[in-house]
Amino acid sequence: MSGGAWTRERILALGFVLPALAWTLVFFVAPFGFMVAMSLWRRAGAELVRDWSLVNYLGFLARPHFVEGLLNSIEIAAIVTAASVALAYPLAWFIAARVPAGWQRIALALAIVPFWTSYVVRSYAWTLVLSNKGVVNEWLTSAGLISEPLQLSSTRFATVTGFVHFFVMLSTLTIFANLKQLSPNYARAAADLGAGGFQTFRLVVLPLTLPGIMVGGFLSFALCLGDYITPQILGGNNELVLPQIIMLQLGRRADFPMASALSIILMLTVTLAYLACARWLKLERA
Amino acid sequence: MTSRRLGNWLGLAYALTVFAFIFLPVAVLVLYSFQGGRLPVPPFDGPSLKWYGQIFADRKLMSALANSLGVAAISSAVACVLGFLAALGLARQRIPGAALMRSVIIAPLTVSYLIIGLGLLASLNASGFRPSLLSVGIGHAVINTPLCFAIIYSQTGAHQINFERAARDLGATELRVLWHVSAPVLAPAILASYFLSVTFSWDEFIIAFLLSRFEVTLPVEIWSLLRSGLNPKTNAIGSIVFLSSVLLVFALELLVFRKRGNP
Repeated sequence: MSGGAWTRERILALGFVLPALAWTLVFFVAPFGFMVAMSLWRRAGAELVRDWSLVNYLGFLARPHFVEGLLNSIEIAAIVTAASVALAYPLAWFIAARVPAGWQRIALALAIVPFWTSYVVRSYAWTLVLSNKGVVNEWLTSAGLISEPLQLSSTRFATVTGFVHFFVMLSTLTIFANLKQLSPNYARAAADLGAGGFQTFRLVVLPLTLPGIMVGGFLSFALCLGDYITPQILGGNNELVLPQIIMLQLGRRADFPMASALSIILMLTVTLAYLACARWLKLERA
Repeated sequence: MTSRRLGNWLGLAYALTVFAFIFLPVAVLVLYSFQGGRLPVPPFDGPSLKWYGQIFADRKLMSALANSLGVAAISSAVACVLGFLAALGLARQRIPGAALMRSVIIAPLTVSYLIIGLGLLASLNASGFRPSLLSVGIGHAVINTPLCFAIIYSQTGAHQINFERAARDLGATELRVLWHVSAPVLAPAILASYFLSVTFSWDEFIIAFLLSRFEVTLPVEIWSLLRSGLNPKTNAIGSIVFLSSVLLVFALELLVFRKRGNP
């Protein structure tokens, strides 16, 4: 190692890094390791039995409603991601391309204002909007479109709406950032070569903003998969997602080993999605 | 070109529609916090401030609010100091294993809050500690340290290192360099990371829910309010949280970011 001697400055620098390192090791790495170990133990009655086995993971596969929970999670996350990106892209494009430069920051700040409500409160606000007597049903009734209130709250539709609301804001930010990086010369060159507006968009702008779409999409997917609050408040109890099942293991049954195993399955799902995105982006660039 | 103008109008209409969707729940939340009746649904029969009166009279809610502020202020300070020192250490010298250290410090960012909370809860139970505000604060410092580190580390560089070197050559002790040179030079990044941590901690639910027992933070208290169904009181406390966050962000924008001369 070149210049690897432990000079006084180096030891001092190491001393600066150590507190954060120790903090993370004690309060993050160790608990995480403990959770992984726990997922390989099992609960018998009220006791924790420390024999190493895959019994919780096999138990997951053996219980249809657990597997269904994971599938619900993935399905909802996929729908939410697609809808959020689809809604956010035109908005980001409009702000980047049509709003005068001086107003863009303000438009963007306005687009993310509801970020600053508390997450729990935001889901609650959607139950207000979507409840049987809420404003949406009220509007539809007074417009004469429906005579009976629609059951909108406590459904998958409500969960998806609550999620999309949050992730439209997030994806607008990532896609906007990407659009702003693009030199306008690409579009000009395409136009000079005879491409129409839509052709320019489809063949030039859209491919160049795929990274922004992927970043926003992946963040939406990952955060959506791991979220407990939105489905719990908005989804009702007709179908559970995996985080809700994890919380049930903790709450009613105090089954830490099973909860740990389910959490790790959740994490592996996110990791797989990440690897798929990373690989795809790399292929795209090559 | 009429087709282009038509496109612009369509774009504007679309943007306004999405904005309406984004603002709808917040508008409904704030409007019905002034509801006169007992249900925050149409028809609106306010304005009335009685629900605001009720939340300020609610001792549990007010102590949860104070708990949240305390946890956010202290855990963010811890996260900020840890992140600041680590950023300085890694910026100043090439330490063997620096890449590994960086990835360890950043690691909590890559794991969902549910998993961080679950791991801490399991370890807490196993080591015989009781859940408390202290454990919530530890959890929040865990999620915010990587954030502070990343923000401050991105702003370190030759400029700040040269200042530090000059101060040391002039005979300043390491502590004085830290306090009189490094901290002021990095102050915008430190402040930004501190306030970002505060907003994250302030709003964080799942870790606070798992790691607290008798004394709880505001999101957890709001969560238990939700069990009583739709209630204008929840609207009122939600509106207060919303307005205070907006004011904080606005102040931050004026104080920190404008100063740096960002457009």
